[in-house]
Amino acid sequence: MAAPERKELESTQKMKAVMGKYFKELAAGPQAGTKTAWCTSVGPAELLRALGFNVYFPENHGAMLGATRTATDLIPAANARGFSPDICSYLTSDIGSYLMNQTPLQKMGMTGPPKADVLVFNTNQCRDVKDWFQFYAREWGVPCLGIHTPRAIGDLGDSIIADVAKQTEALVAPLEAVAGAKLDPARLSEVVALSKQCTDLWKAVLETAASMPSPITFFDGTIQMGPAVVLRGTQDAVDYYRVLLAELRQRAADGVAAVPGERFRIYWEGMPIWGKLRSLSEQFAALKTCVVASTYCNSWIFDALDPADPFASMARAYSSIFICRSDDVKEKYIGAMAAKFKVNGILYHDAKTCPNNSNSRYMMPQRLQAKLGIPYLIIHGDLNDLRLYSEEQARTNIEAFAEQLAGA
Amino acid sequence: MALFCGIDIGASTAKLVLIDAEARVVAKALRRSGVDYAAATEANLAEALAAAGLTREQVRRVVSTGYGRDNVPWADGRMTEIACHGKGAFHHFRRAMTVIDIGAQDSKVIHLDDAGRRLAFKMNRKCAAGTGAFLEEIALRLDLPLSELNGLAERSTKEVTLGSFCTVFTATEILARIRAGERVEDIVKGAFRSVVKRLVEMDTVQETLVLTGGVVAHNPILVKLAGEAFGTTPLVPPDPQFIGAFGAALFAREQTL
Repeated sequence: MAAPERKELESTQKMKAVMGKYFKELAAGPQAGTKTAWCTSVGPAELLRALGFNVYFPENHGAMLGATRTATDLIPAANARGFSPDICSYLTSDIGSYLMNQTPLQKMGMTGPPKADVLVFNTNQCRDVKDWFQFYAREWGVPCLGIHTPRAIGDLGDSIIADVAKQTEALVAPLEAVAGAKLDPARLSEVVALSKQCTDLWKAVLETAASMPSPITFFDGTIQMGPAVVLRGTQDAVDYYRVLLAELRQRAADGVAAVPGERFRIYWEGMPIWGKLRSLSEQFAALKTCVVASTYCNSWIFDALDPADPFASMARAYSSIFICRSDDVKEKYIGAMAAKFKVNGILYHDAKTCPNNSNSRYMMPQRLQAKLGIPYLIIHGDLNDLRLYSEEQARTNIEAFAEQLAGA
Repeated sequence: MALFCGIDIGASTAKLVLIDAEARVVAKALRRSGVDYAAATEANLAEALAAAGLTREQVRRVVSTGYGRDNVPWADGRMTEIACHGKGAFHHFRRAMTVIDIGAQDSKVIHLDDAGRRLAFKMNRKCAAGTGAFLEEIALRLDLPLSELNGLAERSTKEVTLGSFCTVFTATEILARIRAGERVEDIVKGAFRSVVKRLVEMDTVQETLVLTGGVVAHNPILVKLAGEAFGTTPLVPPDPQFIGAFGAALFAREQTL
């Protein structure tokens, strides 16, 4: 079944330019005397920017390795060095890329990811980010600093916020030593304000999918989120999302569907399958089924950021994210999303190497089906390691799910 | 007479069923899927039509299903095997049920309500344990024709447990059982029990249990063992290997009439 014609978003060209500029600046950093800090995707990026670092996000590189389908060739190199095939495939593909000196960044004129002067993690996502960063810290003899956020948080009480805020403040002195500059509190507030603007705009972008038909799909979102991940805290990201939001609002007003003939609306829970974005997007389009929303794309919405209180608000924002919350909180969240985006079904991606972002393993789908009365489907796969993905099984499961929604 | 055609191209065999407007099976055919699904289907159609003395012009609509459902150029529609096994099973037993289809390379659990509407379904994960491919591997390892497995297991007098999730590891376990002097009949029955264990792990059974698929058609001992494991007496429709194709033919009929 062929996918119906769809009109690409015009803003995407501008996004490519914005992302290209970002990578150019990263590459030029060392010559320009700008230090580079590696940061986990939900790490204290605002603090690093305020200290004048170029901020590089290796998870973005992991996603690039997945999307270019090079990850599966690179992961074995990391496996052979002692990183298990069962752990995070962002980690193994990125370290495999380093070991093999192969990266899509070379096609962008870079020799590879910029070497870190310091690596800064937050374990709010998982422990693997720390293990990942420590590998490079050992390789290059540079400091690896971090924040240890509790996990499975139910009530996000003041004690957790105070602890995480204190840990974040404790990073300032060692980071100043690497940066060779003092933190300017006014600059930090300014960066947090820009991050907040970015996150508000990104949220509004994703919320356009509540329109019926939706002007945007989850698959579009995984591409459009680039600036929200790597450029939050900058004017470039804010400017870009203003343009994208205007285009999407216009599409919604004009009734332009991301999936022409939209029949069903699906919520995607879990990681993207980066190497299969195109084929999955085409299959859903052919089934006239729009994946309208996801936990993943929404993970870069940080409502709590407040320039008047940077450290506490960063702590609250980065400890509020879905991935470090309890199942009770996660279920309430998904229930609210299902209602907001008027979904007919929920798809859970059980990513073999990402247990922290796979929520189908402790009966959540069954509980939510009983609570919401919405059917679910579980797809077994992985974010990057396509050895763990069965194309045929996934294809049939998705097709059968669409049939079920149609009453077959 | 108007005919409706269902084609099920599975990982191992291609099945074809022709039904009339009253949903009665008029003819059927089966052969190895091979590498040219379209050719296998053509041959099945020619054989079925010839056997029933019918012509191709009488075929009003064709629906394909199974792994090769996209490879039948002259199919008018296609449905997944999940939909078709549910449809076919419900036609025979009109009640709320759990259908378990054990195929050559995958197994499916399909929950239907008392109107035949699908409530939920599951396919086995990527591994082929709990499918016909597992039994083929075991037959190969024991140097036995696949067709003899059921008869051997029926003569078993002792329980031999094979515990691994993995087909390859189970084959290794079998080597250990052979070294320990266990009889081949008991090992084969252990292999059938292993298939059932994989099914029990997949999902729960609600209401009536209906078993379909080629593996059940050729190995009735599985019906007995599944009954023991699920604590119920499973129902098996006529021609269980053809239920997917029959369901597809029912869809073809429904989409026309």
